[in-house]
Amino acid sequence: MSNKILVFIDQKNGKANQASWEALGAGLMLAGKLGGGVTALALGSGSQQVAAEALHYGADEALYCDDATLADYRAEPYASLVSSLARGAEAVLFPTTTAGREVAAMAAVDLDTGVMPDVTALEVEGGQIVATRPVYAGKLIAKTVCSAKPVMITTRIRAFAKPTADASRSGSPRAVAPAVSEADITTRVTGYTGSAGGVSLNDAAVIVSGGRGVSNNPKLSPPAGLDEKQAEIWRAQQGFRLVGDLASVLGGAVGASRAAVDAGYIPYEHQVGQTGKVVSPDLYIAAGISGAIQHQAGMRTSKVIVAINKDPEAPIFKMARFGVVGDLYEILPALTEALRKRLGK
Amino acid sequence: MKIVVCVKQVPDSAAKMTVENGQVSWGEAPLVINPWDEYAVEAALVQKEAHGGDVIAVSLGGESAKEALKHALAMGCSEAVLISDPALAGADSQAVAKALAAAIRKIGDVDLVTFGRQAIDGDMGVTAAQTARILGWPALTLVSRISQLDSSSRTIQVERSVEDGRQVVQGKLPAVISVVKDFGEPRYPSFMGIRKASRANIPTWGLGDLGLAAPVSVVSWPKVENPPAREIKTEIIAGSSAQEIAEQLADKLLAEKVL
Ligand SMILES: Cc1cc2nc3c(=O)[nH]c(=O)nc-3n(C[C@H](O)[C@H](O)[C@H](O)COP(=O)(O)OP(=O)(O)OC[C@H]3O[C@@H](n4cnc5c(N)ncnc54)[C@H](O)[C@@H]3O)c2cc1C
Ligand SMILES: Nc1ncnc2c1ncn2[C@@H]1O[C@H](COP(=O)(O)O)[C@@H](O)[C@H]1O
Repeated sequence: MSNKILVFIDQKNGKANQASWEALGAGLMLAGKLGGGVTALALGSGSQQVAAEALHYGADEALYCDDATLADYRAEPYASLVSSLARGAEAVLFPTTTAGREVAAMAAVDLDTGVMPDVTALEVEGGQIVATRPVYAGKLIAKTVCSAKPVMITTRIRAFAKPTADASRSGSPRAVAPAVSEADITTRVTGYTGSAGGVSLNDAAVIVSGGRGVSNNPKLSPPAGLDEKQAEIWRAQQGFRLVGDLASVLGGAVGASRAAVDAGYIPYEHQVGQTGKVVSPDLYIAAGISGAIQHQAGMRTSKVIVAINKDPEAPIFKMARFGVVGDLYEILPALTEALRKRLGK
Repeated sequence: MKIVVCVKQVPDSAAKMTVENGQVSWGEAPLVINPWDEYAVEAALVQKEAHGGDVIAVSLGGESAKEALKHALAMGCSEAVLISDPALAGADSQAVAKALAAAIRKIGDVDLVTFGRQAIDGDMGVTAAQTARILGWPALTLVSRISQLDSSSRTIQVERSVEDGRQVVQGKLPAVISVVKDFGEPRYPSFMGIRKASRANIPTWGLGDLGLAAPVSVVSWPKVENPPAREIKTEIIAGSSAQEIAEQLADKLLAEKVL
């Protein structure tokens, strides 16, 4: 590869994870400062099509490998191919997805270089790439550098702008051969179950989250025959329905505090915070969430934060742009209605 | 079954972190076992209970990291080892992975190594994959369930929590896994466990004991800063009814241009 920047496009069956284009955008920015071009790489079934798309997004060259060994994502053969292509490059960029983080980590081992995962900003100072990495769940910021090349960088989802696609920018993606054969691979994918779907927290522009407070509506009377815990969960489901209604009017995702997850109100994949997902939407609405430091760690960089809480002393108000001291059971439906009218939904 | 679990000691998740004169401080907050690593300990113990054998907890860090190891022992691990060497100060993830891999080799005949998904200090989430790569073993990350582990056919099958669902993957043993919260709540240390852990003798291995030259760290973080202060002026929206409040709030949100 003669280009200085390689970008890994995370794709499945011909559909790119959108954060890949953000990584490509970051790669184009770096190439602009370091000189040289950008090569995009897509692997697996449908990768040819995605490689062609990478050219629309501004890659100077696009490579793909649709070999059977790469059909399902597996860390080993993916990392081997990335490291074989990355020799001589200045940097390899990945989106911070499961595959991106893991392939970056392993390719760094292959090339005896460094990995800087989940970066939120990149600069070039005196020819050296300086990455900004939130650490301690964003409580601190580390300016990070790597003295070896190529440096493996994964870009935090939503931290870099996606370039605009231009279908007139085209060319032909080039096929590359896999770096290892099936016999050298120690894992085999034997099944897959998709999740319910809906908007995922990681790339949502709007998130509406519920906390322990969603179960707190003494006026609701649960169906007969439920024990105390079941009744609490039933109440919480009514509360999360209100959270979900607002999220759906806004085209957003549903989040939760750990207390709500631990109490069994909602599955863990919705948890926002230090031991859940770190998110950075344009709008974050927290309903019935007190705003513990571990929760803040997961949402503090949201552009606009709205807090709805009965307790005027709740710490969440300190970080909110707008606050409503009140009962979420009254405020949420009214807000959903008001926004539905205004957004014409 | 011989299982190794890698645990790190980190400032408590409730710590208020600050930087003064370039020095990172967590104030009065305690140092604890990385919360994700408790799931890794749990996964290791569950396998030990099902298949017999030993679980050895390994941590790389300063002398204080013995406390994290004691927590793992109190949960039920059989042995613990601290890797500590002045030459490892400021080690990057790959240097840590090299030292962990060397310790795993030194322990010998290891079937399975469990990791947490990430350490809540550096938030890297790469050490499991890097250690596996160095060992040449399969890396099965983000495991929510071990559906099968067979020491005679030397295979493991796991479910991995990935972005859009669960991937079922089979690998050969020995293998490296990282464990996520879906695996199930970690047990509390038992009273007996705590007593045993408090008397445990935890050996310390230096680089010499591992037969390693000081690994070169290529990644460094010359500057750690407090995040830029956010100027937040909180505006409390009040009104005589929920409707009135909602109407005002909706207008303000539209004016912020975030919808
Ligand atoms: C190691 C560790 C990791 C953690 N990681 C996370 C994490 O990733 N994410 C996370 O969120 N937490 C995390 N926590 C937990 C965290 O410390 C808090 O316990 C948790 O965030 C509290 O959740 P909550 O705000 O929903 O509940 P609470 O603190 O109980 O707050 C409920 C709030 O709801 C309000 N309320 C009640 N009824 C109503 C109503 N009808 N209308 C409006 N408001 C109402 C109350 O005034 C209160 O403020 C972690 C803790 C530890 C120790
Ligand atoms: N110094 C260390 N000692 C032991 N285990 C570690 C150490 N650093 C990282 N780990 C393990 O690697 C996992 C991921 O860490 P990281 O890649 O630093 O986020 C942790 O959850 C631990 O299981």
